[in-house]
Amino acid sequence: MKAGSNLEKVFESGQFAVTAEIGPPQSANPEPLTHHAKMLKGYADAFNLTDNQTAVVRLSSIASAVIIMREGVEPVIQMTCRDRNRIALQSDLLGAAALGVKNVLCLTGDHQTFGNEKGAKNVFDFDSIVELQVFDQLRTQGKQVGGEVLKDPPKTYLGCAENPFATPYEYRASRLAKKVAAGADFCQTQAIFDMDMFEKWMDEVRARGLDKKIHILAGVIPMKSAGAARYMKNKVPGMIVPDHIVDRMKSAKDAKGEGIKLCVEQIEHLKTVKGVHGVHIMAVAWEDIVPRIVEMAGLLPRPKFES
Amino acid sequence: MPDTRPKIVGFCCERHGMDAAVLAARSGKQFEASVRLVQVPCTGRVDGMHILRALEDGADAVFVLGCLEKNCYYDTGSIEGRKRVGYVKQMLSELGLEKERVEMFNAASSNSWVFPEIVAKMVEVVKKFGPIGGEKR
Amino acid sequence: MIVAKRKPLNEIAEMLAPYKKVTVIGCRSCVAICLAGGEKEVKMLVSALKVKNKRDGRKQHIEGTVVERQCEKEWVQEIEAQILDSDVTLSMACSLGAQTIGDMYPKHLTFPGLNTGMFGVPEEQGVWSEKCVGCGNCIIHTTGGICPIARCAKSMLNGPCGGSANRKCEVNLEVDCAWAAIYDRLKLQNRLDLIESVTPAKDWSTSHSGGRRVFEREDAKLTPHQKKGKGVT
Ligand code: SF4
Repeated sequence: MKAGSNLEKVFESGQFAVTAEIGPPQSANPEPLTHHAKMLKGYADAFNLTDNQTAVVRLSSIASAVIIMREGVEPVIQMTCRDRNRIALQSDLLGAAALGVKNVLCLTGDHQTFGNEKGAKNVFDFDSIVELQVFDQLRTQGKQVGGEVLKDPPKTYLGCAENPFATPYEYRASRLAKKVAAGADFCQTQAIFDMDMFEKWMDEVRARGLDKKIHILAGVIPMKSAGAARYMKNKVPGMIVPDHIVDRMKSAKDAKGEGIKLCVEQIEHLKTVKGVHGVHIMAVAWEDIVPRIVEMAGLLPRPKFES
Repeated sequence: MPDTRPKIVGFCCERHGMDAAVLAARSGKQFEASVRLVQVPCTGRVDGMHILRALEDGADAVFVLGCLEKNCYYDTGSIEGRKRVGYVKQMLSELGLEKERVEMFNAASSNSWVFPEIVAKMVEVVKKFGPIGGEKR
Repeated sequence: MIVAKRKPLNEIAEMLAPYKKVTVIGCRSCVAICLAGGEKEVKMLVSALKVKNKRDGRKQHIEGTVVERQCEKEWVQEIEAQILDSDVTLSMACSLGAQTIGDMYPKHLTFPGLNTGMFGVPEEQGVWSEKCVGCGNCIIHTTGGICPIARCAKSMLNGPCGGSANRKCEVNLEVDCAWAAIYDRLKLQNRLDLIESVTPAKDWSTSHSGGRRVFEREDAKLTPHQKKGKGVT
């Protein structure tokens, strides 16, 4: 065991994992976090706490993690390279570990021009792969990137994200290979709508034997409406939503119901894809739907371990 | 008596622009303005500097008259001219000056009505905004 | 070359408004080529400011001149009299030119007429784009000759982020994704193996992050004795 997190245990026990997302609020009020933690407890193995997602200022992911841990829910903190240099990143890794946070997801981060602080100076001292490599060295050797050796290294389970739908497609499996080499233990993918394309990527991943070295959680997003489908198709860079999905959402009488059905179908299918070890459900601003989806997809009860 | 009429400078290309002006002059048309024409080989040769210089040296308005864009003797000369005029317009607005004082027009040499219309339009502009230096005349 | 852009004219006019005598100084190097501060731009600026003064009834003497390279003291020295004779100098060179004049004549006011933008190249007529940020440790032999630090919005060293769509950058859909370009170039050169392994953390101490940089070449420097002989201060 690298960190002994619940998520790690699920993977190690060979069971199909479920992660979901909780978006920290744009305020200093911890209430929405506590509320979601209570509601979602037991429906996923760990929950991602986004790090100022889309560069919008929000309650910090580490603080959010501590808040949901009080409710007995396991966090995965996201840590982007956009806002912190190597001093801050390493320091926050130590801090998070000291607070009992065991899962960390390394991300480069959305550019600040997407958010609500467009005048910000960005950092990007690292990209996500360098971040993984540095964190991995820190946890395994206790060695900082600058060479200093620490007494009590952090025990952290390291994750990454990968997007099979971003260009150049031919390089996307290589990116995952680099992340594996850099020390990633698990990978959450971008939301999958184009199943064929995802499977093509998985073929390549398996051909390189990467599925044996990293636990892949396939990303899904339940959609509320045809508008949401169209928005993701046209407005979100690096997201591919095929026309048949948009059409299906459009012709549905009950769009929400259809969105849930579609998501469950996707999960059912993903369970059969070799090398996929779990799903990551990103119900952005629709967190309350997660329990239903998990239940409908036959993923309950979630495994429990003696701690 | 000093000439108090609006002072207008026109850069006309020697192909179509100048011909259109000559045609208008032959008809004996009188203008309520002092119009000075500068013949250029092509309006593509007119530079923002020339236009600004004219304004600096006393013109209240400046126009550039070239061939029709689809029938320019030098192919894209009058398109170039329009771009230059556009740039000067932008400079004037940045300075809080009226960009209407500078304008690009196109004409075929046989369009006898165009030139008087252009002058009338520029006179309107100067009447509206007054001369660049000093009171409204 | 260094690519700059003229400041908005109202900003320049406002900067200069309190002064009676203004010298505008252009530069015949980079900023002339990027059409921001060469001879013609100086003339147009001077002319436009004069038109504005005439309209506003402001008495201000403005004249323009241009030097070969404003970042070199020797060229600036040639117009010293003209600089010192004015109340303020508006530099139409990049900030290096403006600072050279400022450092040479510290009591004299020198204002910037341009916003200095980047190290860039002319892509086509009227279009310039950034290609280097001067990090002080060039790596483009490993990236197909394309700099990911300057040309990727996130300065990524290990390949494209997840926002690269249709080979364009997520930050600006008009701009090519640097990493898509690097991939294509390396593929063309049969060198994709270069980006298969992890590029470790970059040492930024050679960049501006390491503090202001001064490069020296001992063999080119003058000895104190030589300096005395040449009368250089
Ligand atoms: S899309 Fe390409 S250029 Fe833009 S930030 Fe991502 S990797 Fe860099």
